Amino acid sequence: MSDDQRGSFGIHGTGDTSGYGGLVRNQVSPGSTERPFGGYFDQVADDLERAYPDFADAIERIVVDRGELTLHIKRERLVEVALILRDRLKFENCLGVSGVHYPADTNRELHAVYPLLSMTNNQRIRLEVSVADSDPHIPSLVEVWAGNNWNERETFDMFGIIFDGHPGLTRILMPDDWQGHPQRKDYALGGIPVEYKGATVPPPSERRSYK
Amino acid sequence: MSTYVDPYASSRETTEGTVFSVTGGDWDSLVTEIGQAKEERVVVNMGPQHPSTHGVLRLVLELEGETVTEVRCGIGYLHTGIEKNTEYRSWTQGVTFVTRMDYLSPIFNETAYCLGVEKLLGIEAPERANQIRVMMMEFNRISSHMVALGTGALELGALSPMIFCFRERERVLDIFELVSGLRMNMAYVRPGGVAQDLPKGAIAKIRETVAELRKNFKDNEKLLVGNSIWMKRTEGIGYLDLAGATTLGITGPVLRSTGLPWDLRKMAPYCGYEQYDFDVVTADSCDVYGRFLIRIAELEQSLRIIEQACDKLEKSEGQPVMVADKKIAWPSQLAVGNDGMGNSLDHIREIMGESMEALIHHFKLVTEGFQVPAGQVYVAVESPRGELGVHLVSDGGTRPYRVHFREPSFNNLQSTSAMCEGSMVADIIGAVASIDPVMGGVDR
Repeated sequence: MSDDQRGSFGIHGTGDTSGYGGLVRNQVSPGSTERPFGGYFDQVADDLERAYPDFADAIERIVVDRGELTLHIKRERLVEVALILRDRLKFENCLGVSGVHYPADTNRELHAVYPLLSMTNNQRIRLEVSVADSDPHIPSLVEVWAGNNWNERETFDMFGIIFDGHPGLTRILMPDDWQGHPQRKDYALGGIPVEYKGATVPPPSERRSYK
Repeated sequence: MSTYVDPYASSRETTEGTVFSVTGGDWDSLVTEIGQAKEERVVVNMGPQHPSTHGVLRLVLELEGETVTEVRCGIGYLHTGIEKNTEYRSWTQGVTFVTRMDYLSPIFNETAYCLGVEKLLGIEAPERANQIRVMMMEFNRISSHMVALGTGALELGALSPMIFCFRERERVLDIFELVSGLRMNMAYVRPGGVAQDLPKGAIAKIRETVAELRKNFKDNEKLLVGNSIWMKRTEGIGYLDLAGATTLGITGPVLRSTGLPWDLRKMAPYCGYEQYDFDVVTADSCDVYGRFLIRIAELEQSLRIIEQACDKLEKSEGQPVMVADKKIAWPSQLAVGNDGMGNSLDHIREIMGESMEALIHHFKLVTEGFQVPAGQVYVAVESPRGELGVHLVSDGGTRPYRVHFREPSFNNLQSTSAMCEGSMVADIIGAVASIDPVMGGVDR
């Protein structure tokens, strides 16, 4: 998911030598899960497999972590799977889309995460689609869940993911003429040093930080 | 894209696709344009600064006479980058940021965030901490509904309810101040529990306040429930049925006004809500009046929950309000002093005078924070406005990798067009007020 982390402090090149920099920590995020998934997740997976013959091809991997089911889906299949989930499995609510930027995940830098809710069955699952930074296109789900309209605009605004087929993909929170997408990891937080009682406090992104 | 040119949203082609710019216009050119148009169509900007838009919300209305044919919302005026900022602070410091999003329901923001962090850590807050959280959340629901009802009534021209509602809200804020030291933006709920235990005599004061609130809510109700002028302004206004609400992802009182008893406190209990006896209030009128009645009735349900929480809190007196793990729990219980919340004097005496190790530990935990195992979670709580969800991603470090809030105000505000198109201009005010959007939450 992310790079191996070196040392205990987050800021490089500041001349700060007070921390031990030789420590290498390997970050492993939860990998794929094999059946049984536990709870209603097996039922959901079975139902989806039955209702959608191309299941094996469309789903890249399934992760069950901390009691939550995530289906990683190929973006070409997203709308098809979403329709099946809505109409056949009764996931009538999509609770928006949350973008995540993983610069270290080569060719899958931008992730879009859709939490789904079935009010009929009181079930929750999550869809995740990953695309490359160089080709940040994901089909829009506004046709499936109309309530995703503003959420997709927000994710476009903040991450630059382009939702193809969205009825009007404009910026929503930032001004129309804003440059860049603020919540990407390569977008600096900004801020200015502040003087307080004679000492200078650097902006948050340049302070010493811990990993 | 079609060849249709929208006069109010010019478009240009960029490398990222078509970009639309919604702009205002010059009055002269507007008059000329209206003169050329065959139909009687006027576009009016309502807001961003307008007394009836619940904060800095801009509504672009297209009118034919008094009838609204199209409504578009312009938001983003209160965007503060809270989600981005949390990525540069420790997990505990994040609480201080998220509490400022939806400023009318700070405890809900904090609790949702902390439940997310706790789920990532795989820990659970102690029982007494959950009881305090439930009590504080229900008080917060009351104070938030008080603003919704008061300002909603004010916007439709009723002045007295606003004065009464803010008077009752003040009593609730006094409780917040008594318990946390602050009236809003408390940062009181922390990962692993709450910042400090209830002060001495708090339960007695809370019981007293509950009795007062219950009595005064009755007076408030008499002002508006069944009031013929009020009903003329609210009945059948802002109609949105169940199919519309689910399609648009609407939750909270607006969803319950369609008759669906969907409340996360019942459907997916958190913080021990399954132990409390209360009813989910619904209406079946799908309109502004129904949402108003729901909020009125939810006040009483919140009072019921608070009373039960008080009973539980009396029994759990002396139990911990923070997890026992010293690598996560703040080194000391904080205390409310003359100048607000801070470290207790006993703790300062210990770290400064008695134990070097305690000082080191305190310093490490406060500056460095704690590491959270890598992964992602989505946790939701029932805020006064609906499902407040938080999507947290950790990369294993001491800071969040990504914090995203699924804000009920943001999602519910999308229904403005569905509720208002075809209605009168004056009815927009009531419809928007019944959604109860808080722009701090919408824009984050």
